[in-house]
Amino acid sequence: MTFPNAGSQERPVPRLEARGITKGFPGTLANDHVDLVLDPGEIHALLGENGAGKSTLVKIIYGVLKADSGTLLWEGRPVTIASPADARRLGIGMVFQHFSLFESLTAAENIALGLDSAPRPRDLAARIREVSKRYGLDVDPDRHVFSLSVGERQRVEILRCLLQEPKLLIMDEPTSVLTPQEVSRLFETLRQLADEGVTILYISHKLEEIRSLCTQATVLRGGRIVGAVDPRTVSARTLAEMMIGGDLVVPAHEPVESAHAPRLVVRNLSSTSDDPFATELRDVSFEVRAGEILGIAGVAGNGQAELLAALSGESTTAADHVEIEGQAAGHLGPRARRALGLAFVPEERLGRGAVPEMTLAENAILGGAASRGLVRSGVIDGQGARAFADRIIDLFKVATRGHGAEARSLSGGNLQKFIIGREILNKPRLLVAAAPTWGVDAGAAAAIHQALIDLAADGAAVLVVSQDLDELFALCDRIAVMFHGRLSHPQPVGQTSVEQIGLLMGGLFDRSEAGKGDRDVA
Amino acid sequence: MLETVTALLIATIIAATPLLLAATGELVAEKSGVLNLGVEGMMLVGAVSGFIGVQVTGSGTLGIVAAALAGALMALVFAFLTLGLKANQVATGLALTLFGIGLSALMGKDFVGTPHDRLPQLAVPGLSDLPVIGPLLFGHDALVYLALALVAAVHWFLYHTRRGLVLRAVGENHDAAHAIGYPVLRIRLMATLFGGAMSGLGGAYLSLAYTPQWAENMTAGRGWIALALVVFATWKPGRVLVGAWLFGGVTLGQLYGQGLGIPVPSQFMAMLPYLATVLVLVAISRDRVRIRLNAPACIGKTFHPAA
Repeated sequence: MTFPNAGSQERPVPRLEARGITKGFPGTLANDHVDLVLDPGEIHALLGENGAGKSTLVKIIYGVLKADSGTLLWEGRPVTIASPADARRLGIGMVFQHFSLFESLTAAENIALGLDSAPRPRDLAARIREVSKRYGLDVDPDRHVFSLSVGERQRVEILRCLLQEPKLLIMDEPTSVLTPQEVSRLFETLRQLADEGVTILYISHKLEEIRSLCTQATVLRGGRIVGAVDPRTVSARTLAEMMIGGDLVVPAHEPVESAHAPRLVVRNLSSTSDDPFATELRDVSFEVRAGEILGIAGVAGNGQAELLAALSGESTTAADHVEIEGQAAGHLGPRARRALGLAFVPEERLGRGAVPEMTLAENAILGGAASRGLVRSGVIDGQGARAFADRIIDLFKVATRGHGAEARSLSGGNLQKFIIGREILNKPRLLVAAAPTWGVDAGAAAAIHQALIDLAADGAAVLVVSQDLDELFALCDRIAVMFHGRLSHPQPVGQTSVEQIGLLMGGLFDRSEAGKGDRDVA
Repeated sequence: MLETVTALLIATIIAATPLLLAATGELVAEKSGVLNLGVEGMMLVGAVSGFIGVQVTGSGTLGIVAAALAGALMALVFAFLTLGLKANQVATGLALTLFGIGLSALMGKDFVGTPHDRLPQLAVPGLSDLPVIGPLLFGHDALVYLALALVAAVHWFLYHTRRGLVLRAVGENHDAAHAIGYPVLRIRLMATLFGGAMSGLGGAYLSLAYTPQWAENMTAGRGWIALALVVFATWKPGRVLVGAWLFGGVTLGQLYGQGLGIPVPSQFMAMLPYLATVLVLVAISRDRVRIRLNAPACIGKTFHPAA
């Protein structure tokens, strides 16, 4: 807890101080008398589960939202921040979680848009080069954003902020899409900024990262501040329990030793596409055995989407490239593959995993009609569907007002629990899940992990495609890496490390596989 | 022969002008993310307002101003519904066209068949008398030159000014533009009004210069062609110019061919310009990189500022 009057002990004037910030939305109080003090040059973590009020607080500081009550003090003076432009004028910069970049514009144009008075294009390019050199943020100002990798895009966002010479830099979940190597590069940049006196407000779910980067942490739960600690002095588990407000049950998974029959076999899968932005799969082969969880790591855009489409049946191939339960299935569509025992949890929950405008009961029918007999001679069994939805909600502890709630009204974590629950209750012999806990808070993530582990323990084969290495290492028996459409040889988790997988994700492919390891990260 | 070619080229420029005006305006609106399918309706109201303006005041300039204002007013109705009340843009645009057809017919009831003088052709002493080049380049009325100047101005605005950059950014990703702090709705309102004014001018060209009279539904689908031209041009002003001339040329070519007595049904010849448009659209849509670079990603999407 921070008290406004505790400043008597010779601390510098805080860069930003929030006093009693309160903000309500219909039905919830997103921020309830939140106090926050940010000192110059500190890297301050803001922690909390989804819906704890972190985003709301940050949006109020950045002028996107207006607080119902409470005051903000900037370097000791009360200020009103009515718009992001006001925030920028004070010296507040923000790097958004979902990048706020314009894909069809160049990096330089994107940066110009973030500046309130843009210099002439030539001067701007020179300044971009200067700042990017100073902080080791390589960006070519003339390239179009859509052609940049995720890491490069983030550098554009950071550069956009740095060119305004901010005194407070807000970063919302900046590392969720980076390789471990990119993360350490980012941290070097942030530490350099902090040394120069910039305050950094760092929002993240990743507790280990916070422990290694941040010097102060404020924990929010249900819109209120529930604690302030120095994260270097406490364990990640303690931080997690502060966030949840209870004990964290970490799922444990015993790796399977015995090699059971393969449930999914992929052989020499290649794809060609007339879409210049798609990655072509190149000779991908692997198998997933019964009782096993196989993880596929990799930075997004390296062919995971294409592989997942080829597995779900959304794109088809010659029959023998994909084998499900011993049957050639490459030519089959999604329904035929589901009939063979495949369940699929796509990365996009709304739109692919569930129909946003439909109720949970209706969504339950869409996923479970065939295997549960919810449709008889073309007529929907409404009662059965509602009962099925209720069972999912009950078993997987989905927080919702009931089976009549629209899918889009659920938070990301709860909807994901519902979708995974629906797929699991269909008793699949093979489950393919993409980014199952992306953007999901710790409690829900643990529940989802547990469900996947239980499913594998019951003898199903599970394939998890994810960018989150912590997740893969916690769940999987073996891990492979996708890079530029190719898949590395899967390695048992015990025989590999985060660093090694990180190198593979960065493209050190053939070389590290061959046991060398030239430093040649692209 | 040379005279025929010259005459055809001049006629092409004239036939292209209403398309050029309307398409350039629509391009700006679409670049900001607003898909206004009411171009046909706005052109009609512009055409009748321009005609009435000239009849009442006797001044061609005031007629042109009246047409632009009337087009902008129609666009304001569209903007109020789609930007203010968040109505669906496609449905509202279609309704605007139908509304415009009816409104223009009502306004022009007493003016049907009244002829008046064509807009005066500007003559540059000396230059206009040159053979071929004279009539081709220096013998048009003010709206033809205005249309060309506006295409150049729009290109310069979109790609060489900060406001143009902001407008493109709003059309590309309105959430991001909002997050950085740009007034998405205000920018879209301005772009929509500009589009309406340009459509009004395009309509006025028809009723003041192309066929200087008012007839119901006299745009005859040109608003729809203008909409197609924007896509055809992959949202680039320079290519709108090429497309408008091409379309004007094909239209006249088929008229000329009919005049020569080529034994093809005239209905088929009349289809040609539209068929050509469809074919070129298909060809262009295959180039995904170009579409990705130039098509505004948020086109037609309603902007709800995040809570």
